[in-house]
Amino acid sequence: MQMSEKDVAALVKEISGSDVKKCMKCGKCSATCPAYGEMRFHPHQFVAMVARGRVEELLKDPTVTRCLSCFACVERCPRGVEPANVVAAIRVLAEREQEGNNFSPADVPKLLSQDPEIPQQALVSAFRKYRK
Amino acid sequence: MQPGVVFAQDYQYMCSEAGQNIIKDAIKTHGLTGVVVCSCSPRMHEATFRKAAAQAGLNPFMVEIANIREHCSWIHKDKEEGTEKACVLMRAAVAKVTLNAPLKAGESKVVKRALVIGGGIAGIQTALDIADAGFPVDIVEKNATIGGRMAQLDKTFPTLDCSSCILTPKMVEAKANENIRLITYAEVEEVSGFVGSFKAKIRKKARFVKEDVCTGCGVCMSKCPSKKGLNEFNMGLNNRSAIYIPFAQAIPNVAVIDKEQCIKLKTGKCGLCQKVCTAGAIDYTQQDEFIEEEYGAIVMATGFRPIDASKFDEYSYSTCKDVVTSLELERIMNAAGPTGGVLLRPSDGKHPHSIVFIQCVGSRDVSGRGKPYCSKICCMYTAKHAMLIRDKYPDVEVHVFYIDVRTPGKNFDEFYRRAAEQYDVDYIKGQVGKVYEENGQLVVRGVDLISNEQIVLNADMVVLATAIEPDPTARKVANMLTASIDTNDFITEAHPKLRPVESPTAGIFLSGVCQGPKDIPETVSQAGAAASKVIGLLAKDKLTTNPCVAHSDELLCNGCSCCEKVCPYSAISYETKLINDHGVKETRRVAMVNEALCQGCGACTVVCPSGAMDLKGFSNKQIMAEVDAICL
Ligand SMILES: Cc1cc2nc3c(=O)[nH]c(=O)nc-3n(C[C@H](O)[C@H](O)[C@H](O)COP(=O)(O)OP(=O)(O)OC[C@H]3O[C@@H](n4cnc5c(N)ncnc54)[C@H](O)[C@@H]3O)c2cc1C
Ligand code: SF4
Ligand code: SF4
Ligand code: SF4
Ligand code: SF4
Repeated sequence: MQMSEKDVAALVKEISGSDVKKCMKCGKCSATCPAYGEMRFHPHQFVAMVARGRVEELLKDPTVTRCLSCFACVERCPRGVEPANVVAAIRVLAEREQEGNNFSPADVPKLLSQDPEIPQQALVSAFRKYRK
Repeated sequence: MQPGVVFAQDYQYMCSEAGQNIIKDAIKTHGLTGVVVCSCSPRMHEATFRKAAAQAGLNPFMVEIANIREHCSWIHKDKEEGTEKACVLMRAAVAKVTLNAPLKAGESKVVKRALVIGGGIAGIQTALDIADAGFPVDIVEKNATIGGRMAQLDKTFPTLDCSSCILTPKMVEAKANENIRLITYAEVEEVSGFVGSFKAKIRKKARFVKEDVCTGCGVCMSKCPSKKGLNEFNMGLNNRSAIYIPFAQAIPNVAVIDKEQCIKLKTGKCGLCQKVCTAGAIDYTQQDEFIEEEYGAIVMATGFRPIDASKFDEYSYSTCKDVVTSLELERIMNAAGPTGGVLLRPSDGKHPHSIVFIQCVGSRDVSGRGKPYCSKICCMYTAKHAMLIRDKYPDVEVHVFYIDVRTPGKNFDEFYRRAAEQYDVDYIKGQVGKVYEENGQLVVRGVDLISNEQIVLNADMVVLATAIEPDPTARKVANMLTASIDTNDFITEAHPKLRPVESPTAGIFLSGVCQGPKDIPETVSQAGAAASKVIGLLAKDKLTTNPCVAHSDELLCNGCSCCEKVCPYSAISYETKLINDHGVKETRRVAMVNEALCQGCGACTVVCPSGAMDLKGFSNKQIMAEVDAICL
């Protein structure tokens, strides 16, 4: 069944467990993010996009994987929004769209060849998230 | 040492008790006839030092202050130059003090009655508090009822209680309180006098209905054939009859005839209301009445109005009926409003499904179309409107465009966050550039600065959080009271931090939005503060007057009237009297200064062509001595 963009956004919220409406657009997450320059959409932006139900572009954006899962944004967000969890949820869904709910070690060399600079921590984080 | 100086001492905290004791001891030990304190501005501590001198037996007006802080150390980067200037200022003060004469403050009476101009929540609360302290107070309200803007509001942030439910008891109390006299449908026309004894002339406009006879039954309203008057209370969203009671809870609950709309008053025909009024209250021959009264204190509480939103053409306010102001929305949401409290859009009475709010319409705008200041209340009332709509009509999508959301105040930010988080109000950081109609559909084009994209939304209604401005009569009233007013027509405080409810003009106090934008909680606290100042004044039996006033030398005055023309306080009058100029007797017209009115500004002394006018404590001789000390 094809899900609407709004439904996908709702799923992102559910998976992330983050209440994106709590965001007051202060930008502290983006100010703190070490991967800011590597991501097309910055933490405050992807939070706002999910809040507005605009996730399609995020799901298509390969640079969301650049999040280091350092959780600095989660730590410092004054409203407890947890942007890192939002981006993680986006990645889960992007992965799911590609090949089910799995992430196999065999994929790693391919991923690395596509993007040799992919952060190690992202892979670790992805394994944690996508492997049952 | 300067000539005349017999004792000098340096001390860091001269204003402290120890410092004051140094002054007192020196006066006694050295038998000083004058004291110069080189310190901060006289606005800070002149009173302190004068009091200390008086305690040591010296006339307090023999103390002079050289301001070497604000005028020297705080503003000059070059220490040498600053020090030199400080020495010069000290020399000037010494030169002056040797010419000082002992002055004695006079006394003036205090009329124990207060006047409150404006009967909104500010004026009502101030009057109630003054009355409660036992002083009589008159409220002069230009409209037919008291209540002001608060009466037009539906619910009030941050607690969402019904506005009229909390206002009506106060209005009723104002009417019932025996110390309060309500003078409605009236305006103050003239004010003279000074603190403690002002005289006001009040015009009570003809209502064409006898106030003490009308029972407020409203039969006249239903029978009146002229029903085209715009209902001001409902912001012109519907019509009312020519004879009307502004709203159900109006105080006084008495009808008034709009003479522009009444057929009888315009053409002589009709007279229906008189026929149906069983109480016999209608009187087409009623004339304006004048009331003259004396007051010890006057409070300005003239409030505000929203600016005209049609100046912002890009929002299509004047062309699209479904673009409304926030105050109009208050009426649309109110059970006593034009739609009976049902949210219906004005153009076709249909239920809207999508509403866009635009904040800061005309606020923080220096283009000349709007106001440079933040109107302070609109972020909060917009959150209120958005929340109330989402609560009552969950099917309605609500978007709010904002530049900043400003919610300082107890429980205010929590309130706004509730709108965004619990009620799913879509807050978009960015402004709206244009609202237009396309094939019968309102379209809003704005920007989302977070996602950095232009947003085009279809809306069924657009609500403009319009800036507020002082009531248009504020400037006139302020001029009448010689109260100062700023470039935005808000009344100026005597000190923005330390004397926020007093005008620089003695005896004039400020209450409510006439001083600056504020919400109801702030208005009410300020109203109470103004009342306490008034009570403090009225509780006195006598006031000491400033002895530094002008006086004219009869022998020099030629009665030219120059001084009278420049006096901003109307303190100068003329008397024709017999003058004995060293044996030469002559009857001449000479200037007389009313010492109670004179504020010692000195304008008269500089215009007087014959040098007859002089200011006590600041005589021409003293000023010239200062100038000489500085320049020579
Ligand atoms: C859309 C909107 C929603 C709002 N919602 C809220 C809310 O939810 N909560 C909240 O706390 N605040 C709210 N406010 C603010 C609130 O309305 C004001 O704080 C309050 O009304 C200020 O009272 P006031 O007495 O100073 O002025 P006003 O209410 O304007 O009263 C002034 C009175 O003086 C009279 N007057 C003016 N000039 C003269 C004159 N020359 N002679 C005699 N009488 C004169 C006027 O007729 C009027 O009756 C809202 C304001 C707006 C515009
Ligand atoms: S967790 Fe990701 S989004 Fe958050 S600060 Fe770290 S890198 Fe940036
Ligand atoms: S730090 Fe939190 S509140 Fe601030 S922009 Fe990021 S998610 Fe929003
Ligand atoms: S006399 Fe005037 S106010 Fe009275 S019913 Fe006729 S039109 Fe209305
Ligand atoms: S209170 Fe809010 S909407 Fe009103 S002018 Fe200030 S910032 Fe703008």
